[in-house]
Amino acid sequence: MIRVELAKLFRRPRTYVIAGLLCALPFTVAVFLATTRIPPPPGQGGAFLSAVLSNGALYPAAAMALVLPVFLPVSVAVLAGDAVAGEASTGTLRYLLIRPVGRTRLLVAKLIALITFVLFAIAAVLVTSFLTGLALFGAQPSTAVTLPADVTSLSGVTITPAGLVLRLAGTVAYIVVSMLGVASIALFLSTITESALGAAMGALAVLVTSQVLVTLDAAAAIRPYLPTRYWLAWIDFFRDPVLWRDIERGAGIQLVYLLVLLGAAWANFMTRDVTS
Amino acid sequence: MISTRDLTKRYGRTVAVDGVDLEVREGDRYGLLGPNGSGKTTLVRMLLGLVFATRGEIEILGKPVPRRVTEVLPSIGALVEGPGAYPHLSGRANLKLIDAAGPGGARRDRPTRIGDALERVGLAGIDRRPVRAYSLGMRQRLGLAAALLRRPPLMILDEPTNGLDPRGIREIRELLTELNHGGTTVFLSSHLLPEIEAFCTRVGVMDRGRLAVQDELAALRAPTGRVLVGTPEPDRAVAVLDGRVEGRDGQLLTVRHPDPADLNAELVAAGVRITEIRPERRSLEQVVMDATTTSSDRVEAP
Repeated sequence: MIRVELAKLFRRPRTYVIAGLLCALPFTVAVFLATTRIPPPPGQGGAFLSAVLSNGALYPAAAMALVLPVFLPVSVAVLAGDAVAGEASTGTLRYLLIRPVGRTRLLVAKLIALITFVLFAIAAVLVTSFLTGLALFGAQPSTAVTLPADVTSLSGVTITPAGLVLRLAGTVAYIVVSMLGVASIALFLSTITESALGAAMGALAVLVTSQVLVTLDAAAAIRPYLPTRYWLAWIDFFRDPVLWRDIERGAGIQLVYLLVLLGAAWANFMTRDVTS
Repeated sequence: MISTRDLTKRYGRTVAVDGVDLEVREGDRYGLLGPNGSGKTTLVRMLLGLVFATRGEIEILGKPVPRRVTEVLPSIGALVEGPGAYPHLSGRANLKLIDAAGPGGARRDRPTRIGDALERVGLAGIDRRPVRAYSLGMRQRLGLAAALLRRPPLMILDEPTNGLDPRGIREIRELLTELNHGGTTVFLSSHLLPEIEAFCTRVGVMDRGRLAVQDELAALRAPTGRVLVGTPEPDRAVAVLDGRVEGRDGQLLTVRHPDPADLNAELVAAGVRITEIRPERRSLEQVVMDATTTSSDRVEAP
């Protein structure tokens, strides 16, 4: 079943369209930066953006900071919202279930396909932005990478390229976990409604509300528990030494969301009448 | 093969299926008749474990459903409320996915399996066009092919000839007859009387969630004990039969009499000429009319 879900994922043109759009955003930003050479002032604008002008090898990190807050969660919510509700509306859900595919198996396969999509999309963004960065900004001598001052607050700290790769790997893992939180919200809604659009919309509503509350001081009491609170904590991977506190908390919160919502999705799906 | 006891499904305050005791035996060609909205589809969905019953029991192939439905489903080929397919993929690709999704059958034999199924439903020549471009009849055939993939001993088909033209309906009927002769039990539901009458050996009639009638088609259509007599001299015939004539419609008389042959001899002996004579049988339509109360998609003013 997992293989079937992956085949469905990679045989759908929309998978590549979404990945292409995700890659296009950092590329567009890079073109503007490279032609004008106007960096955002340190501390404002996307993280890493002022640093990439001097070192194109950091551009993948900047690209992550660009797609993470909105673009990536939207695409994950759309795909996860479609996961069960979309099958219901094409009439294929009932045929899968009587094939028979166990309901638990189906949910697990859907989740694995979603994780695969997130990895695929991130890999596409990393590769294209790395190439873009090198082509448009050039690289420093490859023996050492200087971490940008606006992130580390200590200018001039250097790490090895291998260190950079490790930190990027940590970033990818953290982002996958964050996106799993989004996916579990949308997947849960997808088992409730037959409208894929409704499920995606519901998940986005949760995320937008969370984003607004994160910035609201009056909501400080619940802030640590909001799903989007620690989304940008992966930037701490680029501090020296790595600042683990927020990363750990963020991953913990996402795992709790994942477990609770997947449990709810499972419980709902197992007992639901499939009338589509 | 299938038996249910007091099977009931309630959605809120509406009762979709109400105390149904279904009995489908091995080798049957069972036709479930009933108007739209009479609960046929809900019943079929409960048999397949898609919808959970409010009350009652289901047993298929000797196993309780939905508790052990995963053991039963591999032996069932089903079509539920129209075919379902991924519109952006070709028919063949759709069958490959559905075949790969579940248990049973070697991967190596998959192309043969799919080829056979497509041939049986008359889609052997389909090309790489996506299902999006298929006609309703082609989709229906594709759905049937999916149900046939595993050569299941039991087929549960909800409105299998939906969207097919008369020739297509006939082809499917012949296919199902052939399968039935090969030992497959066929359970189909339809709101089309002629379809059931032409194919089935056993009939159930649903009316507003209840199974109003369930019997052999031959028994339902047994002679009524009356004989239809056509004669150019109806007045003479009435005089001869003296009180046994129950109805008269021009030259056609309805006579209460157990045996058409004896009646024929009696009339001819009396010198009455006969143009036709045959036992009266209830039509399936009459059976359904007697069993059902009102059309369920009719909404009367309170």
